[in-house]
Amino acid sequence: MINVSKLKKGIVIDHIEEGRGYYIFKELKLNEIKDPVVLMQNIPSRKMGKKDLIKIETDLDLDLNALGLINPNATINIVKNGELVRKFKLTLPKKVSGLLVCKNPRCITQSEYIPSIDFYLVDEDKKTYRCEYCDTYTTYMEK
Amino acid sequence: MLKGRNLIEPGDFSIQELDEIFRLADTIIAEQGRFIDICKGKLLASLFYEPSTRTRFSFESAMLRLGGQVIGFDNPSNSSVSKGETIGDTIRTVACYADIAVIRHPREGTAKLVSEFSNGMPIINAGDGGHEHPTQTLTDLLTIHYEKKRLSNLKIGVCGDLLFGRTIHSFVKTMNRYPDNQFVFISPKELQMPEHFLNLLPKNAYVETDDLANAISDLDILYMSRVQRERFVNEAEYMRLKDYYILTRKKLSLAKEDMIVMHPLPRVNEIAREVDSDPRAVYFEQARYGMYVRMALIAKLLGVLS
Ligand SMILES: [Zn+2]
Repeated sequence: MINVSKLKKGIVIDHIEEGRGYYIFKELKLNEIKDPVVLMQNIPSRKMGKKDLIKIETDLDLDLNALGLINPNATINIVKNGELVRKFKLTLPKKVSGLLVCKNPRCITQSEYIPSIDFYLVDEDKKTYRCEYCDTYTTYMEK
Repeated sequence: MLKGRNLIEPGDFSIQELDEIFRLADTIIAEQGRFIDICKGKLLASLFYEPSTRTRFSFESAMLRLGGQVIGFDNPSNSSVSKGETIGDTIRTVACYADIAVIRHPREGTAKLVSEFSNGMPIINAGDGGHEHPTQTLTDLLTIHYEKKRLSNLKIGVCGDLLFGRTIHSFVKTMNRYPDNQFVFISPKELQMPEHFLNLLPKNAYVETDDLANAISDLDILYMSRVQRERFVNEAEYMRLKDYYILTRKKLSLAKEDMIVMHPLPRVNEIAREVDSDPRAVYFEQARYGMYVRMALIAKLLGVLS
């Protein structure tokens, strides 16, 4: 396995489903941040067979809510001063802001500009969310 | 405290707050003279982005009968709306002039959106597309409160287009907040209550049937609704379903003596004209209750009585 130096500070997104790492990389716009970022793909994993992994050496806060929606099973490791300070599994966010688009063609959000629309989780299994304005259910579609 | 609040959907108010409005409406009905100038010096903005004469008249009569005044439009092509102003900007401006605003808009969620820009001016949703029309629900409830003297422990038949009926969904959802109400959903197979809506109700709170004559005998309330042409892509399908149920004098003879027949109006053919003179038919009275409940609502949101 390629050895990437141990992270001093930042975030490790672990247990990403095989092949999803690049998609997460793009969704989180990691190409736009100035800090070092490593995307590793197809790493052997005892639990998952193969997995992807992303290391970001940064002080920035990432929108973990968005990540919870894109890949709810990933593990997040927060590293400070070379030590793991927090490790947790992501869950599907109860509320997402600015990430989903209402699919209801009659919704006001289709004709008025609203910078960040809130959606509220209604069905965890189907990843279904409710628009804060028209209450229509919208299901998150993986790209 | 209802002063300064918005009414976007019936769920915005607790049962206690709804009762507070109905009690005030009772008093207004009983002692009209007492309320003729309680809104003197107050201005209601009536913003109708699509025409709805019935609803607009009801709100404007309510405000005028409280001694208040009304500004507004019912044809947005004549207003700054047509110049491309955002609705947020429109409402910010209106909030500089008016004390309370009523908004009707074809797009769903508009009332909620404008309430974010109204700077404390109460917003009343007078219909946002197929989404919510809470004062219609308040009208229905005041009618029942007045005609049946209670809002709980009722057997309520709901008949017609249960699939697309916004008014019906809102009515059932709100009546379900009161204890011990039972629903009988009467519709053709094609227009049954949507599953996601039924999931909101306790399983033992409703039954479904397509047989009006059979269901009518033990109802306390029969709420009729029309099949809306605009919901159908297929004209033949509409023609087949629109006259599926017609409440006739004969069918009504099977009902209890004190059952009431409600309808949000306008009706098409679903209630025969011969039923209009039956004392159980309260649908024309509903319009009057609608004005009284809007009077009570406006007075409460403006806080003019406290
Ligand atoms: Zn929406």
